[in-house]
Amino acid sequence: MLKQTDRPVPSQDVSQRHAVLALKGITKTFPGVKALSDVSLSLFPGKVTALIGENGAGKSTVVKILTGIYQPNGGTIEVDGMPTAFPAPQDAADNGVTAIHQETVLFDELSVAENIFLGHAPRGAFGLIDRKGMVAQARDLLNSIGAQIDPEHKLRDLGIANKHLVAIARALSIDARVVIMDEPTAALSHKEIEELYELVESLKAQGKAILFISHKFDEVFRIADNYTVFRDGQLIGDGAIADVSETELVKMMVGRDVSQIFPKRTPNPGDTVLKVQGYDHPTEFDDIGFTLRTGEILGFYGLVGAGRSEFMQALFGITRTSAGTVEVNGKQVEIRSPADAVANGIVYVPEDRGAQGAILDLPIFQNITLPSLGRISNNGFLQLAEEFKLARDYTERLDLRAASLDTPVGNLSGGNQQKVVIAKWLATQPSVIILDEPTKGVDIGSKAAVHEFMAELAAQGLAVIMVSSEIPEVLGMADRVIVMREGRIATELAGDDLTPETLVRHAAGI
Amino acid sequence: MLKRLISTRETLLMAAIVLLLVLISSRFPAFIGPSNLARVFNDTSPLILLAIGQMIVILTKCIDLSVAANLALTGMVVSMINVAAPGLPMIFILMIAVGLGTLLGMFNGLLVWKLSIPPIVVTLGTMTIFRGIIFLISDGKWVNSHEMSAAFKAFPRTILLGLPVLSWIAIIAVILFTIVMTRTTLGRAFYAAGGNPHAATYAGINVGKTQFWAFTISGALAGLAGYLWVSRFAVAYVDIAGGFELDVVAACVIGGVSIMGGIGTVAGALLGALFLGIIKNALPVVDISPFWQLAISGGAIIIAVALNAQANRKKGRIILKQAEHAT
Repeated sequence: MLKQTDRPVPSQDVSQRHAVLALKGITKTFPGVKALSDVSLSLFPGKVTALIGENGAGKSTVVKILTGIYQPNGGTIEVDGMPTAFPAPQDAADNGVTAIHQETVLFDELSVAENIFLGHAPRGAFGLIDRKGMVAQARDLLNSIGAQIDPEHKLRDLGIANKHLVAIARALSIDARVVIMDEPTAALSHKEIEELYELVESLKAQGKAILFISHKFDEVFRIADNYTVFRDGQLIGDGAIADVSETELVKMMVGRDVSQIFPKRTPNPGDTVLKVQGYDHPTEFDDIGFTLRTGEILGFYGLVGAGRSEFMQALFGITRTSAGTVEVNGKQVEIRSPADAVANGIVYVPEDRGAQGAILDLPIFQNITLPSLGRISNNGFLQLAEEFKLARDYTERLDLRAASLDTPVGNLSGGNQQKVVIAKWLATQPSVIILDEPTKGVDIGSKAAVHEFMAELAAQGLAVIMVSSEIPEVLGMADRVIVMREGRIATELAGDDLTPETLVRHAAGI
Repeated sequence: MLKRLISTRETLLMAAIVLLLVLISSRFPAFIGPSNLARVFNDTSPLILLAIGQMIVILTKCIDLSVAANLALTGMVVSMINVAAPGLPMIFILMIAVGLGTLLGMFNGLLVWKLSIPPIVVTLGTMTIFRGIIFLISDGKWVNSHEMSAAFKAFPRTILLGLPVLSWIAIIAVILFTIVMTRTTLGRAFYAAGGNPHAATYAGINVGKTQFWAFTISGALAGLAGYLWVSRFAVAYVDIAGGFELDVVAACVIGGVSIMGGIGTVAGALLGALFLGIIKNALPVVDISPFWQLAISGGAIIIAVALNAQANRKKGRIILKQAEHAT
């Protein structure tokens, strides 16, 4: 049960029909860019409003305006119908607006209780922090949201899902009236998402207004009461979720019809290109083995923390295994470093393409050729002409439009940076490509392009390993699926066995 | 290509140097005479050598505070060898200097690579250790000019094609390391490892090993500079080049090397060193008190860094279509 922490309805003339927080005609410009143009957004007590839009539609800008980080250039913010302004984040907090961010903004080195009460800790004698009281209150708050977390633990020791719960507890502790959830489920497993839904329901029951930002339509339809769609910084439409269909929403969001159908493929698996046997790691995974054939897309499904990425990193030579063998094209190989993996035709496109993908200060061509330098250099000397040729071949292949290959990657848009990262790996002419969460955080228009591209790679005879937590993607793209649970292979599914139910059952171990 | 060779940061620094020379020459025209400029260059040569090494280390997100101590230790060792065996040919002295410097640099690099100790801690430690070793092997005594052999002292001063060997060594180092940094896989690895260590790891670059090579190069150049230094000043003692590591880091920073790693060029390090060298040489001739000299050198460093910070400011990503095509 939830603790009743919400304050009474603020004033007598505000009924449930009035927006607790509203943006009216908000415009926000940055030098050279109009991020928001005359947008409006209303949040009602006890209602969940879904904010929908592609990457770059202006969602994060809205969040920053609502939380006082950005100041709008035009338009008004209304709290309980009264025009107001949030000149600083503290003003937004004072008005009961709190945000749970995509990358939760908490402090790793502080305890859970300290995180929850940072800035408004209960005071004891001499104005010092009342530690005992703080821990006790934190425990109550965590219990009220069903989180089994010891408030005295350091935040650092918690998993991502639990960090979210701490962030939610923090939001509750400051008596929030408006809770902004920015892609809260992005890093959560299926079960954790279910728990989050329950939590959202109870927040609703307490009369809090919730702004829910998500890429996932199933979530939106499951949880939201209202929707607001942004495209290119403009308000495209809003209304009640009950009055709209998924197709209509998608159309509003991308401004065109996007087939949510996955590319049609006629899988034509060839010879076995990769054979992994008995891969063990002391703490992360145990006895992983499988085979992979050319032209095949092999899915790896599991809950977050099932050890999929950890295994892939070991296969790519970033971490060491304690046992196990790999055969590439029937020949046993030793992979002790990423360089060994690349030399044997295995490449890994990591999940975090921002941090692990491109080197922003280096020009496009140097990024693309980086893993291939061994092949196109001569006794350690670079051959610039060949380097340029290789880079040009792959930028053309990926239709990457930039004025010059000399442009630093940091100057490119996000989509083009992704293309550079993919071009980089294709340029090594791999036979196995591991894609870790290839569409995570990617908007729906680009998602289809990524899927199309994956299908094309498989059709060209590449063996693709796709690590994904999205069931539709796994079902739509993979020929076979290995389900991992707690560091072990739970099962391998293909054909008619491949259904959402079987996936979830094996992943959760029910 | 041309745009890349003369990237704006280096051009800006070049312009600053020209402006500086014009200012100095308005009060003291003889300063910009060819022979005097050659003298200034020669005087700055050890700084150029160390700045190149330091630039490579900083490029990989590290820092080498032990360069001056390495220089002093190597200088003392070769001086003592020269005293003990005055007949040893110069080529061996040079090999010993570079070899010992390399080993000292490798020691730094191994600690950073294999034990993952933060570079600033490693080199702060080895800086003290190296100075301590000089004291131990020399008993705190000086090796003076009259104890050194004539050949030992003459080598860096020998004039070749109008310039002293010391200057030629700096010029060769600039050319050699420009090639290393722009034309070899190792050079590219330095940029990648510092620019984004994670991405570099995934691209098959061993970041720790790359940092090890950076320290090794820095050490080798410090060792070489160690012999050149004691031979040029004809004296070796515990405290030679004391605090010089700060000048070296300053030259790099003035030369546009990003302290965050991943950005920097040999040309930048060269120009940064020259900028400092010109200021140091010019202030006495335009008759400014030594107290002001330190303040002016320091001020120049801060101004240069502030300018670089301005230039490094993110101009924003290119999201608008037309902007992307305009670049």
